[in-house]
Amino acid sequence: MLSHGLRRSLTVFTLVVLVIVYVPLALVLLNSFNTDNTFGWPPAGLTLHWWQLAWESQGARDALWTSVKVAIMATVVALALGTLAAMGLRRTRFFGRNVVSLLIILPIALPGVVTGLAFQNGFRTILGIDLSLWTIVIAHATFCIVTVFNNVQARFARLGSNFEQASMDLGAGRLTTFRLVTFPMLRSALLAGALLSFGLSFDEIVVTTFTASSQDQTLPIWIFQNLFRPNQAPIVNVVAAVLVVFSAIPIYLAQRLSGSHAEGLTGAR
Amino acid sequence: MGLLLTPPMLWLGVAYLGALGALLVTSLWSQNDFTGEIERIWTLDNFRSLLTVDVYRTITFRTLMVAAVVTVVDAVLAFPIALYMAKVASRRAQRLLVIAVLMPLWASYLVKAYAWRGMFSADGPIAWIAQPFGLDTPGYGLFATTVTLAYLWLPYMILPVFAGIERVPDSLFEASADLGAGSWQTLRRVVIPMAFPAIVAGSIFTFSLTMGDYIAVKIVGGTTQMLGNVVYDNQGAANNLPFAAAVATIPIVVMLGYLAAARRTGALENL
Repeated sequence: MLSHGLRRSLTVFTLVVLVIVYVPLALVLLNSFNTDNTFGWPPAGLTLHWWQLAWESQGARDALWTSVKVAIMATVVALALGTLAAMGLRRTRFFGRNVVSLLIILPIALPGVVTGLAFQNGFRTILGIDLSLWTIVIAHATFCIVTVFNNVQARFARLGSNFEQASMDLGAGRLTTFRLVTFPMLRSALLAGALLSFGLSFDEIVVTTFTASSQDQTLPIWIFQNLFRPNQAPIVNVVAAVLVVFSAIPIYLAQRLSGSHAEGLTGAR
Repeated sequence: MGLLLTPPMLWLGVAYLGALGALLVTSLWSQNDFTGEIERIWTLDNFRSLLTVDVYRTITFRTLMVAAVVTVVDAVLAFPIALYMAKVASRRAQRLLVIAVLMPLWASYLVKAYAWRGMFSADGPIAWIAQPFGLDTPGYGLFATTVTLAYLWLPYMILPVFAGIERVPDSLFEASADLGAGSWQTLRRVVIPMAFPAIVAGSIFTFSLTMGDYIAVKIVGGTTQMLGNVVYDNQGAANNLPFAAAVATIPIVVMLGYLAAARRTGALENL
């Protein structure tokens, strides 16, 4: 296939880029133990002091809880709407099919400032609604639909509709078929989609800053607001380090859940 | 089937598109400088200042340039990695590599931008490496912004390109070799044309995400301004929402044009 030399160059290139990709993340981890609170390099000494402060930080805890709430609610909405859209588009070849696909992609294809400002303007100027946790959830759900939709659609494409037809032929109604055949067939795709959707919402900051009231601090907003405060910076760094470590969990789960790697993972955004 | 589509279409077609439409309408209104109230009087003033004030032209041009550079850099970095993952690595290594690429994708966006703030800081690792050679860190600015954004969006390019190259059958590589093509020629004439829609698919993300970013710009950009910053600084009660809306139409128009062009390559099936 490819020549020996090219294969070797590709291997070296990939390794070098991956090392460069991981250096900044390693720096965050290391700096969370750095005694110097302005993170001088190389570190003068190591300490667990910041980890203790971060653990006790009420602001970080509250923000974490807000983020979890928003991500769960947005994911529930995205699961329902994404599955419905994928089922609705299945086996149909009507003219609007491309329009619907485009509409589902649009919230992630347009920059976050556009989606964020559109929702803020819609809620406040047009409808006269105050920003709240719910306005964040509505905005997040909008760009999370695509992750569920992509996963469910890929699963449908892979498994076809033979099992459902067999079920209907054997006398099961639509609802029974959905409950006993379609849903079990989709289960792992739905989990993978939900996981991606949760991660996307949990990490989002641009749309969030536009749709959150000043009382609703998600974790990214909390990090951003404390980033430039000298006495908070080491605590933020610990929270950042924790997030790096925890990011391995959803990937591990998504890997186990989705049958092939390409499916489920490329729907990341 | 139509019944199933009703809820998602109400949400996306009515609520989301409605909000985008309202944004366009708002961009044609004005703000009373005195009371700060939005006045629903039709005017093209916002667009007029957008087109005539030099600062906004410079910022628009700068943003498009950064988005283009970030996209090209990511494509150039992602292609060899994706090729390695799809066609060279063993099954086991492939699994590990997918995880290795996904890890930084899942690590918080802010953490990554923040990590580069540490890298570029005056007493950070880049300065530490550069100083023995009589050089210094480039510091916070346009260069740091470009590097950080290219870093942030690299996985969004690798994943679709990887999936795209994986779909190129091995037999095509063999056929190309049998017909006398060397590795480079096979890459140039078989793999790249077949992976092109996937590269375009990835570029939609790298381009769009760069164009709308203002947070990474604030973290590593120093005093650099991009379109996202102008939108952000003009929103909110005390500022000029109609003008922010007018600025936001620039990325909308650019991305709709980009998507229309991408559609012709078949890239949208690769998302």
